[in-house]
Amino acid sequence: MTQDLLYTIASIALFGIGLFGLIVVRHIIRKILAINMMGVSVFMLLVASASNVDGAADPVLHAMVLTGIVVAIAGTALSLFLASKIHSLGQASDSDGR
Amino acid sequence: MEILLNVDMLLPLLVGMPLIAAILTTLLKSHRLRAWVSVAVALIQLIIVAVILSLLSNSGPNLDTQHQRYSFGGWGAPLGIDLSIDGFSALMLALTAALTLVLTVYSCYYFSEPHSGSDKTVRFWPLWWLLIMGINGLFLSGDIFNIYVTLEIIGLASVALVALDGSRAALTAALRYLLVGLLGSLCYLLAVALLYRAYGTLDLVQLSAIAEPTAITWAALGLITTGLLLKTALVPLHFWLPLAHGSAPAPVSAILSALVVKTSFYLLARFWLDALAPAATDYGLMMLGILGAVAIFWGSIQALRAKRLKFLVAYSTVAQLGYLFLLFPLVMSTGDTRNAGLTGPAVSAVAYFVVAHACAKAAMFLAAGNIMRMVGHDEIDRLHGLGKDMPLSLFTFAIAGASLIGLPPSAGFISKWLLLNVAIDAAQWWWVIIILGGGLMAAMYVFRILNIAFISVDEKAQPERQLSANEPQLSANELQLSANELQLPANEIQQGAVNKLPMLMPLCAFVLAILTIVLGFSAGLILDLVAIGDDA
Repeated sequence: MTQDLLYTIASIALFGIGLFGLIVVRHIIRKILAINMMGVSVFMLLVASASNVDGAADPVLHAMVLTGIVVAIAGTALSLFLASKIHSLGQASDSDGR
Repeated sequence: MEILLNVDMLLPLLVGMPLIAAILTTLLKSHRLRAWVSVAVALIQLIIVAVILSLLSNSGPNLDTQHQRYSFGGWGAPLGIDLSIDGFSALMLALTAALTLVLTVYSCYYFSEPHSGSDKTVRFWPLWWLLIMGINGLFLSGDIFNIYVTLEIIGLASVALVALDGSRAALTAALRYLLVGLLGSLCYLLAVALLYRAYGTLDLVQLSAIAEPTAITWAALGLITTGLLLKTALVPLHFWLPLAHGSAPAPVSAILSALVVKTSFYLLARFWLDALAPAATDYGLMMLGILGAVAIFWGSIQALRAKRLKFLVAYSTVAQLGYLFLLFPLVMSTGDTRNAGLTGPAVSAVAYFVVAHACAKAAMFLAAGNIMRMVGHDEIDRLHGLGKDMPLSLFTFAIAGASLIGLPPSAGFISKWLLLNVAIDAAQWWWVIIILGGGLMAAMYVFRILNIAFISVDEKAQPERQLSANEPQLSANELQLSANELQLPANEIQQGAVNKLPMLMPLCAFVLAILTIVLGFSAGLILDLVAIGDDA
């Protein structure tokens, strides 16, 4: 089993776990964590693919991961803000983010 | 080439100008100044798009490829970022520019009212222009990763705009919308990773040349489709749309329903019929069509059952989006060559439908926004007799509704006519039933509103007025109280009538509704535009 294949399988598995969490778990913070996990799994796949190209790492993929991380931070920040705002407006926000 | 001005020089302006507007509206202090800057930028944007369109349609056959391209920094496709334009995206840009102008003017009034706090207007304009930038960027993007970035810009900006209202319902809707959007774009990003691994390119044109029907391509297409269907809100995945579109401020609902959901539909068409066309199987195309048909009926039924006007309009979006997906089965046998990009009779028909629906739906949401602003609520059962107080807004609603139903002089009629023709040419008669049935159901939910607003005025309002006339003579407190309670709905309407809208608000909605009629008479223009690049 090559290293690349290992990373690929691991990232697909992480993506699946994250997706499962997003759909099944009701707590909003956990949902946000699940989304982040899915993001990380995609970034891992991208980084793993970057090493494919004979010897030198592929800069395009690294640039993509960097951009992706920026987007993920923005999304996480916005969702955490919304979640905390909802929480402060009402009672428990647990069942709301479905 | 005898023209000095080239299309590719203008393309970056369409992304750059909204960005500059976003920065300016953040920096400027006075509301008036922000509004003027926004209107000016929207106007310039429309002019630029008009110039691009005239250049594109004049250049005719000397287009070497059907894509006009601009490379940022001169780097070119495999490494740099390219903007490109073809007939379909040019049409979408024109639609965006036109709607932006009208909605910007409307927003100037909508957000200047004492109803909305000043911090709301501070937040609105930068987010608004970021959203426009994302939409323009998406239609112009020539590479699949850039598309991901624009998708996220659109997603984040529209979530923030939905949350603008600040109520618990709006925030909850926004959070749900955000999670769905993030899930959709992550599926898309995973597909981008797979495609880059398999083909070593991010460029749409290069991809369409080398894509093969392999397992990886199928997986990527599947992921892209899932992600974008979530964002387009096709029926099993539509659950977030009515809440988000129903809770947003009126101009935001209008642009979300008219343009934002169409952006992900545009991408689906781009991938299925252009970039990854070799991997598109008949089975998959048919599936998308069937989902579209289900959407038409499910959305219409929900619209019929809706209790609030804005939710009715939002569910009608769910239904109308279904028509767009009839594109996929219809290209199978109309002789639209699958590898020729986004051209052909089915594509023209659907492109026209997108434009028709965008104008009609934006008009409807603005009309609903006017009603809500004036009456203070939008519960359908309490809208009796509104036709007297707000004739223009209801007239707007009726014209836009006629276009959704597909009544003759409107753009909706032409688009449905085109779709029917394509369906018959393709020998797929069953879509004819669905298209006509959908129109019938649209008629039912549109007339449900008009019926309440125009006809039932006397029966509902008179007993309450008699009570209010008797009121001074009543001595018993309890009786007075009950009279007051009964009076409440009538009172609200009267209060609203005092609280006049600025004339331009109903006028903006009316302009959009008129646009659907004008488009109905000038269908040829739009069809020519989509055909650009259809090498004769």
